[in-house]
Amino acid sequence: MSFPVVKGAAYALIQATDMLLHHGTTQTSELRKNQASEHLEKLPGHLRSFQDAVSYPPNQVYIGNLSPDDLKEIPRPWFQAPVAGASRNGKYGEIMPEDEFLGLMKIVDAFDLVVLEEEFQAGVKEKIAGHPVLKDIKDLDKLSKNPGNMEEISRLVDGHLAQPMYFQGKLVGCVKKAHEFDEALSDHVMFENLVGKASAVFALKLLLAKTNLKAEEVEYIIECSEEACGDMNQRGGGNFAKSIGEMCGCINATGSDTRSFCAGPAHALVEAAALAQAGIYKNVVVLAGGASAKLGMNSKDHVKKGLPALEDMLGAFAIHIAENDGESPIIRTDGVGRHKIGSGASPQAVMTAIVADPLDKLGYKIPDIDRYSAEMQNPEITEPAGAGDVPMANYKMIGALAVKRGELEKADLMKAVGAFGMPGFAPTQGHIPSGVPFIGHACDMIRAGKISRAMIIGKGSLFLGRLTNLFDGVSFVIEKNSGNIKEESGISKEEIRIMIGEAMREFAQRFRNES
Amino acid sequence: MDLENQARIKELAEKYGNEDLIVVLGGAEAEASGLAAETVSTGDPTFAGPLSGVSLGLKAYHIFELKEEVDAEVYDEQISMMEMVLDVDEIIKEVKTYRG
Amino acid sequence: MLQGKKVAILGDRDGIPGPAIEECVKTAGAEVVFSTTECFV
Repeated sequence: MSFPVVKGAAYALIQATDMLLHHGTTQTSELRKNQASEHLEKLPGHLRSFQDAVSYPPNQVYIGNLSPDDLKEIPRPWFQAPVAGASRNGKYGEIMPEDEFLGLMKIVDAFDLVVLEEEFQAGVKEKIAGHPVLKDIKDLDKLSKNPGNMEEISRLVDGHLAQPMYFQGKLVGCVKKAHEFDEALSDHVMFENLVGKASAVFALKLLLAKTNLKAEEVEYIIECSEEACGDMNQRGGGNFAKSIGEMCGCINATGSDTRSFCAGPAHALVEAAALAQAGIYKNVVVLAGGASAKLGMNSKDHVKKGLPALEDMLGAFAIHIAENDGESPIIRTDGVGRHKIGSGASPQAVMTAIVADPLDKLGYKIPDIDRYSAEMQNPEITEPAGAGDVPMANYKMIGALAVKRGELEKADLMKAVGAFGMPGFAPTQGHIPSGVPFIGHACDMIRAGKISRAMIIGKGSLFLGRLTNLFDGVSFVIEKNSGNIKEESGISKEEIRIMIGEAMREFAQRFRNES
Repeated sequence: MDLENQARIKELAEKYGNEDLIVVLGGAEAEASGLAAETVSTGDPTFAGPLSGVSLGLKAYHIFELKEEVDAEVYDEQISMMEMVLDVDEIIKEVKTYRG
Repeated sequence: MLQGKKVAILGDRDGIPGPAIEECVKTAGAEVVFSTTECFV
């Protein structure tokens, strides 16, 4: 069979400190309970500058300027080790400041819900018009029309008809509700959905700018965030994917949304791989934007422990999956792992289903995989909040499973973890850290011959939706392309015809010689 | 500890009393496990939830502490791998302190 | 010790999840009255 390939990956980060204060659910919940909250009073003093966010080592890894191996060499705390001369532009993507993002939210708004104050709007219009990747974006001229004024914006926000948009502490705009009483179209929901849409649009624009993929070549888009768009009669109808493709000129594409909490991206990539391999669509893009709700999720602990509010980044990505091109890393669709409904909930059962079973199918042992990318949350964010080092915990579980299966000596567990593990570097944006952040790096490392294969693992806590107590997980291996598409295709009909023809010629020749 | 869960534990404590009702934890870290143990015994020290200043007096055990009571085969299947992953001693030590 | 007691389980997605703890305490003779799994990431 001819395996599909990972042809390109792009990653975007948006610093959103004002959103953290006003839309992160930890903060909005706190405000609801206690207007005079000490946490809300102290938090603004812990916000980072844009330059600090840009030079923060994990963020530089996310956009591809540093590798996860580079990050291993940088001693923690990383927030005290800024990368000298760090640029907002990365090999795989970019880090965007909040004002430009608010402008982008207005650009992607198809229903005139976003109102930006006149001077602010003019300022960001100039910035985006001069942005190398966004200057040609559809509907940029929205920033030339219908500016708002502060009176109108304040009236809408104070009257609970709109969600506020702040920049550097100042109210600069708002997102209106899309319906008078439909809760699914509330200002709150529209704000979050526009954040998801705009950040994913940025990631897709970056993919089109930084790789050879052209917008009109995209035939299918799968969006895999954790948001839902719809109205009260169809609350999760969708389709983020198509709306994002529309903004990026993907005129030949349609798309759909795939959901499985944090495991969404892994599911979406397997779906994309199947579509490409089956020849249904030649070029598929899997993408997702970020979640404003999760900003500052653990900020109470960060503030208490005197740390900066490190969860100030919205994350997004876009990955191009295509049919075999003979050179890009292949996706081993013959060994996809899945946590089945009957697999069981213990960590051992989960890891066996997602890691061990597919490796058995591929004929590999756990130590044969050069790198594992499970949940790549930045430990500097999660440890102060008592959630530990999530990537490390996953690696220890994979190592422990190898020990249980007799593939590794218990004494060698930590050595193996050091070999196939990597420090976490992604922001705690749910689906964003789940397996996917390493894909860009994995492809580069495979092409450079540094590694042969990596396993991408997505895990999801379905029980959070209160419909099931089940967990979920999906995995797949990406590997060096043998370079021979035909070899991977197995034997074709044409080849069989040629072989038969040759055999018959040989037979006829021998018959002629003997007679 | 999740605020919704604090409310549920409070209800259950009122229903069954702290002699009959035991809390069993599965926390990955000593600090988080200790926090849960404290919350269900002397109250939410972060004053975030329904158990703020509410002393239910419930005893909390981490599942690691109950190894001897559980069927060996079931424990091996469900828990044993995590003994290689988590800091068992640190977690047990922390949780114990809240049982007095 | 668990025999005949009522148990409320607070599982952790990154530690031991609720259903795994449930299987264990049932074998020790306890009755599970509540089980949940928390997720902090």
